[in-house]
Amino acid sequence: MDFEDTKEEAAFRAEVRSWIKANAPAHLLTELKNASFASNGVVSEDPIKAGKAWQRKKADAGWACLHWPKEYGGGARTPIERVIWGQEEGPYAALTGVFTIGHGMCGPTVMAWASEEHKRKLLPPLAAGEDVWCQLFSEPASGSDLAGLRTRAVKADDGSGDWIINGQKIWTSGAQYSDWGLLITRTNPDVPKHKGLTMFFLSMKAPGVEVRPIKQANGQSSFNEVYFTDVRIPDSQRLGEVGQGWEVSLTTLMNERLSIGSGMSTGFPDLFRFCMEAEVDGAPAVEDSNVRSKLAQIAVKESGLRYTAMRAISALSKGQTPGPENSIGKLVAGAAMQDLSMLALDLQGASGAVWDANSPQNGRFQSMLMRSPATRIEGGSDEILRNIIGERVLGLPGDIRVDKDVPFKDIPTSGRKKK
Amino acid sequence: MNLDFSDEQKQLRDQVRRFLSEECPPEKVRAVLERPQSYDKALYQGLAEMGVLGAAIPEEYGGVGLSHLELCVVAEELGRALAPVPVSSSIYLAAECLVLAGTEAQKQAWLPKLASGEAVGTLALHEGQGRTTEASIAASVNGGRLSGVKSPVADGAAADFAIVAAKEGGKVSLWLVDLTAKGVEREVLETIDPTREQARLTFKGAPAELVGGKGDGWNIATQVIDRAAILTSFEQLGGADRALEMARDYALDRMAFGRPIGSFQAVKHILADMYVSATLARSNCYYGAWALVSGAAELPVAAATARVSATTAFQHCAKNNIQVHGGMGFTWAFDCHLYYRRSNALALALGSLSQWESALIERMGAGNAGAAA
Repeated sequence: MDFEDTKEEAAFRAEVRSWIKANAPAHLLTELKNASFASNGVVSEDPIKAGKAWQRKKADAGWACLHWPKEYGGGARTPIERVIWGQEEGPYAALTGVFTIGHGMCGPTVMAWASEEHKRKLLPPLAAGEDVWCQLFSEPASGSDLAGLRTRAVKADDGSGDWIINGQKIWTSGAQYSDWGLLITRTNPDVPKHKGLTMFFLSMKAPGVEVRPIKQANGQSSFNEVYFTDVRIPDSQRLGEVGQGWEVSLTTLMNERLSIGSGMSTGFPDLFRFCMEAEVDGAPAVEDSNVRSKLAQIAVKESGLRYTAMRAISALSKGQTPGPENSIGKLVAGAAMQDLSMLALDLQGASGAVWDANSPQNGRFQSMLMRSPATRIEGGSDEILRNIIGERVLGLPGDIRVDKDVPFKDIPTSGRKKK
Repeated sequence: MNLDFSDEQKQLRDQVRRFLSEECPPEKVRAVLERPQSYDKALYQGLAEMGVLGAAIPEEYGGVGLSHLELCVVAEELGRALAPVPVSSSIYLAAECLVLAGTEAQKQAWLPKLASGEAVGTLALHEGQGRTTEASIAASVNGGRLSGVKSPVADGAAADFAIVAAKEGGKVSLWLVDLTAKGVEREVLETIDPTREQARLTFKGAPAELVGGKGDGWNIATQVIDRAAILTSFEQLGGADRALEMARDYALDRMAFGRPIGSFQAVKHILADMYVSATLARSNCYYGAWALVSGAAELPVAAATARVSATTAFQHCAKNNIQVHGGMGFTWAFDCHLYYRRSNALALALGSLSQWESALIERMGAGNAGAAA
């Protein structure tokens, strides 16, 4: 039981630390540290350019995509080295958030399914921060039930072998500045839903691709809708076989859930700092017994997630595979953030409703209140995560699926009976 | 980083688990539940012979001289099995208190007997309804004679001696009292969990011998309770895990509407949430275990963290274990109520949940203020 590095880990950490000290954009550190919730906080320059510059610098020195093989621009480091890098990169990691989906999900999918030629063409610029990728999966009518997607890919009738895409995707993070997209489509509606899907990658600059930002419930626009109108994709940009799209998508989704690092934070330290300063009936809020009970319950979630991540890291450090514990991260953190923001606003009294420059901590808790509903939905809703824990961790049987053996075109599309 | 038990400690866990599965099946727990014995003496003797009771007691006092990590491992297994034995009173509290503050003579007299199971000790702190604070303690010592009422006292009817918090000259000190001496009356209490017996002790001029510095009693008790809280958290963790397993197994077996009830999301999601709370508790308990053996300055925060998390998890898992079992979970015959009883009794031992929640935030605040200064 200790929190110490092994000798090799300590040496690696020292190397990383000194490189970061010498190379990181220190002039952005204050902005990064003061970021309000749901943004990286960079305002003094273009945040995307700043992210690309930092990624480029990392790539030139061999610190990009540590989990990827070297021939594709990665660092070929062990999982524990990747964890240590993440700890040392600290607030600077927020700069390259624009690459999270590309590095964590699209890249590994391309690596597993694309031709060697495509891998060598696509992956190094992704690792080096030249290209941004997005993931074109969810649709208005298929979120948790991803395999119910309706975007069609049909073979062109000109004998070219190309595919013609029509349909709509939604909740696509970063589509507005993406160069490439990973796209899952329906190629055969006459077979059960999981069997008629096919995966492609495409240039987001291709004719017929239209990106429209979604105005979200919190007023921001980080997600997009992406419309496809007769978009042509060469057959060589297909990943996996025709009809194998579901299997390919699982590679992406598995990688989505594999990320192990510092663990998710609930934002408790900010709340605690606020409660040290705020007052209840003329005394510091942290002295109020009701506040204490609520704070304590969030505190043990925060520390529980922190030490759960450390248990996973301990396993990695010993060369073992971590257990399923980390699957609880987003489920716990998402709900805790929502509770936490409501508590912080409650302590602000009627002024909790005010969301401006005078709000405590620059309006962080108001931002969190308005953003946290999305945390509980994106990347697997609370309910899907509970299903995953129930079925994959606890071994409970799956739900009975009424659409399992039904051709996709015969699955009802409305919950109401037609008159 | 190694936030995990060693292979040897895991072997010890397996060994204790095997032993308890043979020597402490639910029937043994029920035997204590239905009285009249205070605890399972044969089981306690077996644990002593395994060296489990003396695991963290120094060798010079008849212990095995291992670390508290071994005791954490043992505690988790005792909690899983609902072992009806006075380990927490005698080992986590009485022995720890003597190791921390006892005189050489007191250690020599009692620690070997506690390690061998020949004697049982306990800590007598509470005095009836409400939270126990330094100010609320009314028991007093005059000229080496103790007067007052302590209730509830875990294992108070079975213990050979108690370490009693009582005031002399207005300040709390700790006193070692032979419970078989004249001037001590004991009465077994009816409780929500008779598998861990509690008693009312009435002292009428019983001989009392000082443990630790005069007036230092509350400070010593706080330190001992913090350490015991971490060990108790491991018992709670073991109980939570077992309650989750029972519910999971039942959800796999039990059919309704033509399918196992575990396939219904309404049931599956209850079980997933039980897994979440037990997992958070495990991670927080490991943090506590680290603090317990490393002598970290943050031990008080770690103890409160582990305690709040483990109390929450065990109560959550035990109550939902009954829920998943439906009506069968509310029968005397099913074991669900044994876990429900224990989870709620342990939640109150060593201070209630709201007290620990308050302590956690107070301690975090003190740490923060210290860091800022």
